[in-house]
Amino acid sequence: MSERGVRQLLFQTWRGRLGLGVLGLFIFLALFGSLIAPDDPDASSLVILGGISADHWLGTTEQGSDVFSQLLVGARVSIIVGFAAAAISALLGATVGLIGGYFGGWTDRILDAFENWFLVIPQIPLMIVLARLLEPSLGVLIAVIGLTSWAGTGRIVRAQVLTLRERAFVERARALGARDGYIIRTHILPNTLPLIFANTVLIVAVAILAEAALAFLGLGDPTRISWGTMLENAFSSGAPSAGAWWYVIPPGLCITLLVLSVSILGYLFEEYVNPRLREQG
Amino acid sequence: MSPRWLAGKVAAALLTFAFVLVFNFFLFRVMGDPTTQLARLPRATPEEIQKLRANYGLDKPITGQFVDYAGDTLRFDLGTSQRTRRPVWTEIKDALPWTLLLVGTGTVLATFIGAWLGVIAATRRGKAADDGLLGFSLFTYAAPEYWIGIILILVFAVWLPIFPAGQQVTPGVEFSSWLDEAADVAEHLVLPGIAMTLMLLGQYFLIMRASMVDVLTEDFITVKRAIGLPWERVVRQHAVPNALLPLVTLSSIYFGMVVGGAITIETVFSWPGLGELSFDAINDKDFPVLQGTFLIFSAGVILANLLADCLYFVLDPRVQAT
Repeated sequence: MSERGVRQLLFQTWRGRLGLGVLGLFIFLALFGSLIAPDDPDASSLVILGGISADHWLGTTEQGSDVFSQLLVGARVSIIVGFAAAAISALLGATVGLIGGYFGGWTDRILDAFENWFLVIPQIPLMIVLARLLEPSLGVLIAVIGLTSWAGTGRIVRAQVLTLRERAFVERARALGARDGYIIRTHILPNTLPLIFANTVLIVAVAILAEAALAFLGLGDPTRISWGTMLENAFSSGAPSAGAWWYVIPPGLCITLLVLSVSILGYLFEEYVNPRLREQG
Repeated sequence: MSPRWLAGKVAAALLTFAFVLVFNFFLFRVMGDPTTQLARLPRATPEEIQKLRANYGLDKPITGQFVDYAGDTLRFDLGTSQRTRRPVWTEIKDALPWTLLLVGTGTVLATFIGAWLGVIAATRRGKAADDGLLGFSLFTYAAPEYWIGIILILVFAVWLPIFPAGQQVTPGVEFSSWLDEAADVAEHLVLPGIAMTLMLLGQYFLIMRASMVDVLTEDFITVKRAIGLPWERVVRQHAVPNALLPLVTLSSIYFGMVVGGAITIETVFSWPGLGELSFDAINDKDFPVLQGTFLIFSAGVILANLLADCLYFVLDPRVQAT
């Protein structure tokens, strides 16, 4: 992936700018959201499910807390879980794909069967079961999401490695007596990295959605505010039937915008890595 | 070769299911050791706990326990719910038709509407309609389905009270005929059905669009146009039937997603299916039920994948020829 090409893609197309801008805003909130929040997001008050006012720009929750402050603070969990889980998933997927694709034979067959199995098992129920058996915390969420979402990456990496393995420069290295580890590190991995990267960006979006879904089902980290737990609290306290749209709409909209921005960047990288997609676009 | 191809698929599905069974057993035995739950019983003497352990078969070696578990499962004995004290299989049997109704409605609507929109977008590539539909599908992908569900409740059940916000029938009503009852269920199905359809629509649309774009660049389409067939007819009679194939095969990738959506959407609409059953089990730490629904969800996805393979086999003569 040439650096100039990527820079052009990110800064000179409107999709790149939009994706980067929105993602940048949310990363800023993840870092400084708690500092710029107008209120203590945990502070309760007597204004229960209060509407929009000068004091509470997005009204209040069922505990009388400030929705806007919770929204700013909530960005952190999504960003942390999204990126950390995607990193675990990329590491696992890349390792399995590289080893299976490069060595072939029984190693590949076993790893491939394992991968297929993970692709078939429905991801959300699997995550629910794992998260319920362990006590929910940020670390558990990251591990559970990372461990259940690597199979797709593994499959894509494997396919790429299978073609690379037969290429002349790999043959040459092997003929010159290079070891497998050396060949994988210097010839195979660098050529699959762009693909792994593009795929991982898309996994970030999947992980953010997964965290929100788990939190909505009551399996989020109970000590932290996230957009998913906000939706859970709003829903279970009957905010929708009370017509408290200021409490119900913003958290979901934030999830949607963050996932949109990450997905747009992911598709951009994917098109860059795989020019065939550009023709279809 | 064709029966062998099918037999291979069935064998693979059975193997995957066996793997699920093993995984399900060890997951709940190792990570959720039932003894720790027995230990929560107050005032239980060691002898009583020992008796309970024997009752649950926990005093046997682990392989014996697994054989018991596999045998029980294949005889549809999935244990007893800790919450309701009813057999897990009875709970699942009661919930399954509701989930099938919701998921079926969503899948059928999403397939037809998605295919239709895909054709519209592919034949107007790069125009405003195409861009708009692409943006819409990206939005439905990014927006959590349960949030869409909550908004549907807010708009169509609270602000404009036209549809019921939850449950499957109006409670406490005696229906004069089954037709009345079906109409009432249909009314309750509208909002969760829309949420389910919207969740799936984007993916089906994208598959159909990509497939149509591919087909439209193929030589036989150019030939049909060259011999003077009207464009409309080329699209309807020659491009669409060929483009539909990937919709069948690729849609199997999304069965897992359907199951995830069933859990959250049923929760939002208090729809009494497997999803809501799972949600209650999550909240009450009702592990036998959670284990049972996980097994059924996995089995359902494996079965749906197999069906998609069979359908592909029937639809695509090239597979039968190999």
